[in-house]
Amino acid sequence: MTIHEPPIDRGVPADPAAASATVTVRIDGQDVTVPQGATLLDACRANDQPQPTLCYIETLTPVNACRVCVVEVEGSRPLVPSCSRQAEDGMVVATDSDRVRHSRRMVLEFLGSSVDLSLADGEVADWFAQYGADPTRYGPPMPPGDGRDHRHAGHHHAPGPDAGAETVEQPVKVDNDLYVRDYSKCILCYKCVEACGEDAQNTFAISVAGRGFDARISTEFDAALTDSACVYCGNCIEVCPTDALMFRSEYELRQAEVWDEPQQEVTTTVCSFCGVGCNLELHTQDDRIVKVTSPKDHSVTYGNLCIKGRFGYDYVQELSDDLATTPIDEVLRAARTPDPDDGRS
Amino acid sequence: MVLLWGSNARAAHPIFFHHLLKGLHNGARMYAIDPRRTDSAKWADAWLGIDVGSDIALANAMGKVIIDEGLVDRRFVDHATTGFDAYAATVADYPLDRAEAITGIPGEVIRETAIAYASAEQAQICWTLGITEHHNATDNVLALINLALLTGHVGRYGSGLVPLRGQNNVQGGGDMGALPNKLPGFQDVEDDSIRARFEERWGATIPATKGWHLSEMFEAMEAGTLRGVYVIGENPADSEADVEHARALLRGLDTLVVQDLFLTRTAELADVVLPAAADWAEADGTVTNSERRVQRVRRAMPPPGDARTDLDILVGLAGKLGHDWSWVTPEAAWDELRRVSPMHGGMSYARLEALGGIQWPCPDEDHPGTRFLHGRLWQDPIEGQPAPFIATEWVPPVDQVTEHYPYRLTTGRHLDGYNTGVQSGGFSSPNRTWATLDVSPDDAAKLDVHDGDLVRVTSRRGAIEVPARVTHDMRAGLTFMAVHYPQAADVNVLTIDTYDPKSGTAEFKATAVALDKVRTTDPATTDPATIGA
Repeated sequence: MTIHEPPIDRGVPADPAAASATVTVRIDGQDVTVPQGATLLDACRANDQPQPTLCYIETLTPVNACRVCVVEVEGSRPLVPSCSRQAEDGMVVATDSDRVRHSRRMVLEFLGSSVDLSLADGEVADWFAQYGADPTRYGPPMPPGDGRDHRHAGHHHAPGPDAGAETVEQPVKVDNDLYVRDYSKCILCYKCVEACGEDAQNTFAISVAGRGFDARISTEFDAALTDSACVYCGNCIEVCPTDALMFRSEYELRQAEVWDEPQQEVTTTVCSFCGVGCNLELHTQDDRIVKVTSPKDHSVTYGNLCIKGRFGYDYVQELSDDLATTPIDEVLRAARTPDPDDGRS
Repeated sequence: MVLLWGSNARAAHPIFFHHLLKGLHNGARMYAIDPRRTDSAKWADAWLGIDVGSDIALANAMGKVIIDEGLVDRRFVDHATTGFDAYAATVADYPLDRAEAITGIPGEVIRETAIAYASAEQAQICWTLGITEHHNATDNVLALINLALLTGHVGRYGSGLVPLRGQNNVQGGGDMGALPNKLPGFQDVEDDSIRARFEERWGATIPATKGWHLSEMFEAMEAGTLRGVYVIGENPADSEADVEHARALLRGLDTLVVQDLFLTRTAELADVVLPAAADWAEADGTVTNSERRVQRVRRAMPPPGDARTDLDILVGLAGKLGHDWSWVTPEAAWDELRRVSPMHGGMSYARLEALGGIQWPCPDEDHPGTRFLHGRLWQDPIEGQPAPFIATEWVPPVDQVTEHYPYRLTTGRHLDGYNTGVQSGGFSSPNRTWATLDVSPDDAAKLDVHDGDLVRVTSRRGAIEVPARVTHDMRAGLTFMAVHYPQAADVNVLTIDTYDPKSGTAEFKATAVALDKVRTTDPATTDPATIGA
């Protein structure tokens, strides 16, 4: 059976790949031609010049929050975020000028001095070296302040002579069986807010609360996740670049020092819980599923799942009682039925 | 423009709903037709709170409005359809006042919806079990098809008829010929030339008449003409309508073989249980999604214990019956399908891998797959037969609401549940509400029932007890239960096994019930998982 193109226009949009309009920009002295509508970041990547990004991800609308991808555009007074600025014909762009390097170094130092980046995506540490960023020059970390979740704007005092680096450190939030929120690792990239909001899940359980250095991601009135609008799709965790948001299973396995990423395999398959056909990436360690993600470049999900696809795998886990042979099972079992008195905040 | 009809996709197809929401944010309009004000309906431009089982009256009234307002796509109707005059004569009997009386939807809203659908540049009708779990399911679907034919909203990019499939391979099961009247690729088993081609290839004789669908099988058990049943991956002892009756029939069989992941209630009745692997995580193969996209499933871990993949079990069984099928790997079975089913011909494992899935029909390896069907209707001259209008008349649900059974019970899914719950019950969902009877505030006041109070729900077939949940999302007279918790609240004890003779689907959506308050329950001191068990 062949479907021929009919004589009547059925409104099929043109293949975007076939779009012919292009623009040419000069990046660090080289001309780069990209399709009209491409961003400067797209142009840099097309020219094999990857730029650092933290708040950018292909599946979400750029919010220009992190400023680590900024580049210098001739004729533009401020540096521009390459992730959202559209390439225009004739633009002259510098990605490694002194101004750009200085700005990126400052961003990295501010983040590095105030946020725990120990689990951030792999290349972040490389950027610190690349830009000569030294967060320690702000002094030793100050002890964590109280009540970060309840601060109001304007309640600050001038730092004393012994002041060090203020941080966003606060206790880990473990208030449900599926997610853990460790906002000491949060760089306020807004990706989770976007994934929970209009860009994907449209649940709006979280947003940015507070101002300035007190800004933080919060449920309404800092309610426990279980009292919020959260539907546990896990799409916020999927996009978090620093592991501030983490699946409970991964968190518990890390706490128990059983998490072993190099040993894990990732298998792409299809979710069984409805007919949409969401692709699942099953992360397995010792034949146990320890995490479920979805490929962000697949047209069915764009990396998003629902609670069933994300967490509905427990029934295929045959957890053993024999702690000696499978320490992973003990941890997963505990994560499955948590003790209500285990000190969760 | 989207008519979401009898579908709570926000809960049952959440990632499809992401795509729908993108459309809404881009300015698309959505009209949600559902007895309940569902999480999906809350996103709609208008929610049409329809009385259960009155869909044909609504569709026919919309058809009449479209005709009366001159919004028929005449060019398409003349070019690609037959039977318009008979259809127009039928829907002429569905003026707005009559439709309002039958459906409970204000006539003016019906009119607005019809005009919005007909005048949209692109429009889709998406439906789920709210349309198909009725005694006249096929007629319901035909009534929706008639609307698409009337307006030319079919066979075009962005327009169409979209049944959202509820399981990851319910489409694929049909594709493979797991239907009583079809061979693989939807080829008719009663067509002699088609059967001859399969018989020649397989060197075996294929029965010349179609088999039974599920509901007919239960009738045959009752008649004593079906004495042995081999159940693969189905839990009819929980999922069948009028389930106590179904259980008795299963118990009365000479032989019951059950192949499943779990020792389900059905497996407990079996003479032989064959433990099966979870194919989506423990086996290689393919599944077909709602948009006809064939995708690979892959083994991430070995099956537990003695469990084997479904294919492995069938190959082993064939061996015991004297046939050597040891060459049949998942890919070999798939390649055999490609030889006998033309619409799958171009879908090699290599291409499925490279393209992330392909939508059938895909006849050869140069074919990119097919994004939408029925484009032939727009060709000039039309390819194949024109599409017929098939006029349908509204008939009420079989289980009538009366003085003694004054409430309507309908069933459906929760976001964190799936079917009879054997797969979804195991994970810890912070939002799980367990089994409840959802009732409107009006009815709750009448019955003096509050959240958590235990209510006895009685239908003409049985009775169960379940805690109430009072919600403004229910209209007066309507009650709802999810199907995921049969151990706690055996909802199919209540449902009627009357089924649609054409599709075999039972009328799960329309049960008449009586409600009695049993006792006041403090929800804080009661484990919701065990209430009513």
